[in-house]
Amino acid sequence: MSSIKKGLIGFALLLFAFNFWGFKSETKLPDPVMASVLRGKDVYKAQCLACHQQDGGGVPHLNPPLDGSQNVNGNDKARLIKIVLNGLADRVEIEGEMYSNTMASHKDLSNQQIADVLTYIRNSWTNKAGPVTVEEVKIGRSKLK
Amino acid sequence: MLKIVHYSLLVASVIGMSSAKVLANHPVKKLSKTHVVADTINAGLKLPTGFEALKVADNLGRARHIAVTAQGDIYVKLGRLSSGKGTLRLRDNNKDGRADDIQSFGNFIGTGIAIKNNYLYTSSDDAVYRYQLNANGEVINTEAPEKIISGLINRGQHETKSVALDNDGNIYVNIGAYSNSCQIEDRKKGSLGKTPCPILDSAGGIWKFSASKLNQTYENGVRYATGLRNVVGLDWNTQNNQLYVMQHGRDQLHDLFPDMYTEKDNAEKPAETMYALKQGTNAGWPYVYYDPELKKKMVAPEYGGDGKKVSTDKNIADPAIAFPAHMAPNGLLFYTGSQFPAKYKNGAFIAFHGSWNRAPLPQEGYFVAFVPFKNGKPTGEWEIFANGFAGVEVVTSTRSAQHRPCGLAQGPDGSLYVSDDSKGTIYKISYTGK
Repeated sequence: MSSIKKGLIGFALLLFAFNFWGFKSETKLPDPVMASVLRGKDVYKAQCLACHQQDGGGVPHLNPPLDGSQNVNGNDKARLIKIVLNGLADRVEIEGEMYSNTMASHKDLSNQQIADVLTYIRNSWTNKAGPVTVEEVKIGRSKLK
Repeated sequence: MLKIVHYSLLVASVIGMSSAKVLANHPVKKLSKTHVVADTINAGLKLPTGFEALKVADNLGRARHIAVTAQGDIYVKLGRLSSGKGTLRLRDNNKDGRADDIQSFGNFIGTGIAIKNNYLYTSSDDAVYRYQLNANGEVINTEAPEKIISGLINRGQHETKSVALDNDGNIYVNIGAYSNSCQIEDRKKGSLGKTPCPILDSAGGIWKFSASKLNQTYENGVRYATGLRNVVGLDWNTQNNQLYVMQHGRDQLHDLFPDMYTEKDNAEKPAETMYALKQGTNAGWPYVYYDPELKKKMVAPEYGGDGKKVSTDKNIADPAIAFPAHMAPNGLLFYTGSQFPAKYKNGAFIAFHGSWNRAPLPQEGYFVAFVPFKNGKPTGEWEIFANGFAGVEVVTSTRSAQHRPCGLAQGPDGSLYVSDDSKGTIYKISYTGK
């Protein structure tokens, strides 16, 4: 086997390992954000993965994708926080597609858990966006009452 | 009618060429104008010996259910408008098996489509229409369908309305429950079920209407069967004059009740179930689900169940046959043709759309199954008939499946047609004995 081939295989394995970890290899996150992402991954597995799938791809027509989603990557973090807290029972068109399934409210999660899971989905797969802080979730929750 | 320029022939030949390159040793049959020739490696499908497949059309959009006329035209109901239209007619003028003339009409999306007694029936998500056909099986007036049923509940979840017709002038319409398991808060962890489930008054069952009366609503119909969470595939069995339906079983046993069900339970329960209906049949949703491992009707966790409690309700029907969980049976067809070998006659084909609710375990389904019948009853066995739609060995996330079987129809020559609502491919599967 040529060294180029070996190198390619090594590189592919490395890419695979990083993808398996759940975020992109070139993303160099500050340590506190990285810690939030790691905690968020556990929240995601327990609360979100069943519907939004492990690659964030969602399910066509049923559950919207998070990977590559403008709503997830965009600046309107307050809206994301609100969706996690309230759920989403309305049938809304998301990037040209209707999705059927109801998302239940997750207001029983702590502010930390919501900040972590949103930071995780904003920094996973092909997504690359700023973290969501506990303070931002706290503000979002206060607006609910 | 709108005329759509289409590239299915071009696409098919390009795919054919690239497949030929990859499998240089595989014999590539020559395309002829007069003979129908299967696609290289059967359009990517794995079939039993003696069967072959080709792509009749490709990239049609969200191709849901299909119906074939006596002349061989294929009508396709779309779940999403294509150039503003929701129904397609595919025609093969040069008789090479592939559609070369595609027309579109109707400005509504939907799933249900059927042909009976010179009428084409199509459904939107809240109504059923019919178009009169001429002697050539062509819609006489594409602009003026007759609205036979309207006002059917559509709340965006399990919203599609599949249809089947009997031989006595009736049409059966599925009205899916707009809920997973009738919880007080839909899909909320630990939320209990509403008692009685109010959804069942207007959904979660099959309604029977006249196939010829115009402007019917709920008041004109009969709730023919209840306790069916959502049915997409249904067909009238002419051998024993009975309606058979495929139920999509409930989701998320572990996600919603993690103390009672493991992730493995979640992936493998409950069964997807076939029911042979009679007027008044109750299949048990949301109170009961069918456990494919224990082969018993179980009390749902929303209604006091714990994964072990067996239902004692004598009014709830047993399934005719049960299948692995979450595979989403979207099409059901009783095969009445003579082209396929004798064992297929009067048996059932089922198009399994493929699962999403098995994560973190791999997803399953994405194939067409065959269920042998004897004397109008399933023998209890079933097998995978056509596989390989997904195009990948293991589907971990639903979006990685390339094609997803949805609708089934039988052609006048006894071939089986399968629609795919992911890429919009229509497959034709034929038996050659080779």
